[in-house]
Amino acid sequence: MCKQKFATTFGGNLKKMPQLKELQDLATQVRRDIVRMVHKVNSGHPGGSLGCTEFFVALYNEIMELKEGFDMNGIGEDLFFLSNGHISPVYYSVLARRGYFPLEELNTFRLIDSRLQGHPTTHEGLPGVRIASGSLGQGMSVAIGAALAKKLNNDPHIIYSLHGDGELQEGQNWEAIMFAAGKKVDNLIATVDRNGQQIDGATEDVMPLGDVRTKFEAFGWDVMEIENGNDLEAVIAGLKEAKSRTGKGKPVCIIMTTVMGHGVDFMMHTHAWHGKAPNDEQLEVALAQNPETLGDY
Amino acid sequence: MKKYIDQGKNDTRSGYGAGMTELGRTNPKVVALCADLVGSLKIQEFIDENPERFFQVGIAEANMMGIAAGLTIGGYIPFTGTFANFSTGRVYDQIRQSIAYSGKNVKICASHAGVTLGEDGATHQILEDIGLMKMLPGMTVINPCDFNQTKAATIAIAEHQGPVYLRFGRPKVANFTPADQKFEIGKALMLNEGTDVTIVATGHLVWESLIAAENLENQGISAEVINIHTIKPLDEEAIIKSVKKTGCVVSAEEHNFLGGLGESVARTLAIHHPTPQAFVATQDTFGESGTPAQLMEKYGLNNKAIEKAVLEVLEKKA
Repeated sequence: MCKQKFATTFGGNLKKMPQLKELQDLATQVRRDIVRMVHKVNSGHPGGSLGCTEFFVALYNEIMELKEGFDMNGIGEDLFFLSNGHISPVYYSVLARRGYFPLEELNTFRLIDSRLQGHPTTHEGLPGVRIASGSLGQGMSVAIGAALAKKLNNDPHIIYSLHGDGELQEGQNWEAIMFAAGKKVDNLIATVDRNGQQIDGATEDVMPLGDVRTKFEAFGWDVMEIENGNDLEAVIAGLKEAKSRTGKGKPVCIIMTTVMGHGVDFMMHTHAWHGKAPNDEQLEVALAQNPETLGDY
Repeated sequence: MKKYIDQGKNDTRSGYGAGMTELGRTNPKVVALCADLVGSLKIQEFIDENPERFFQVGIAEANMMGIAAGLTIGGYIPFTGTFANFSTGRVYDQIRQSIAYSGKNVKICASHAGVTLGEDGATHQILEDIGLMKMLPGMTVINPCDFNQTKAATIAIAEHQGPVYLRFGRPKVANFTPADQKFEIGKALMLNEGTDVTIVATGHLVWESLIAAENLENQGISAEVINIHTIKPLDEEAIIKSVKKTGCVVSAEEHNFLGGLGESVARTLAIHHPTPQAFVATQDTFGESGTPAQLMEKYGLNNKAIEKAVLEVLEKKA
């Protein structure tokens, strides 16, 4: 399955820089995938997935240097680690549309005998995934380990990771944040999805995160912000800026403000759709707001 | 019975350190991590010889497990080092998700296991770690008995693909394994052949079992002693073969009777060859401060306790 041709979305030409319009079309299609996947099995996490759609589309189609095919060690390419594994729908959609596995496999999301488990895992050998995540707060440590391996291998490629903001309540993150700065892990770009929402409500009500930027800076990180993480151009520009800041002795953190549920109006600005599937009528509304662009799976 | 010679008391953790030194020289993919316990884990020589392959993570064991998982992505073989308590219970979910479920080639190396840690007391004396680790799918669990065997096990697990829990201890104990004996994961070692009772022992209790067998021989009881250094995968064949001959078994371990070697043996025999069994293990209790010898005595983990268990189980033989 790994042998499937890469970059089917863009005519198989990886060298060609996709136009912004093409990426926007891809983002719209990914949003359709997300709500359709979650609707089909009446479970899953659409809110954070929709909010991070631009990030994933940009990362996998514009930012990361990727080899063809998939091997676990990933030497000679950039790697990505998803720490907040519950937003698997956006991850699976983008991986499939980037050619890591057949698009039709999105039909198996959360079903028995599927490689597309509720939360991403290596256990069934899904190409593109290098670590299991779901139990929160573990991804940054793993990303640091992979970054250290890159340095040992004299591999100049970069490690990217994504973390939910609520997830920063897990203490292990701060062990990792301390390590990355203290040990100068400067080939790491950790992005925090600052949507301000978690299962029980607003992050600032559940357990105030306060000034995340200042906290990372106090630990010794180079911190930058993407103020509108649902503006594709802004995300691309932000990620490029972050990349330019690597290799300078500090890990790089992007605080990326997004709207949970972005692109589906009734899912926006609320934590209600963190982990809830739309019903049939709601699906129709969501799809109408995101017209088919590249073809449904 | 066969005589075993103590080549000079030494600690199993130093066996780990010696194994790491050798791996540092022979396997460029081996990297070491430690959570502020370099002296306790005896890995200074590895660090001196391979500074670029050592990662000091500070007092942050959860982060250490995650970093170790990440280092495998890129082809490295990470060996994490801290006390057994902080290697398992403290970081169970990190091991479960980032290492075991993710199938990462991490070697979790744990010193100061059991009550023989001594004076530091129960906060540090984990007696549940074998159970915790053996319950994780895909995890190999090894508890070598002395310096030489720990060194050999350390070297052997680098060649094994997959997560391993390697458990060893703090006190200096008899070192009787031949220095050149190769370590075979999952292969029990027949130390003394006997006909009346089988003693299956792991870790520090192996030497105590040999002493017990000698004492029993003086009473006319022929005890077979098997060193089960690998609790998972368990050498079921060796155990079944032995009890078919002897008709009863004593398991001996420095661990709670819940979740330890004894339970694995009981399960195996219940399925394949139901056999009377006695358990030398702690009885669902925490430890406490004291000298290793005092604690082994109080918690029934020495040769006298094994001897007593043998006499009890012989009564149950049909």
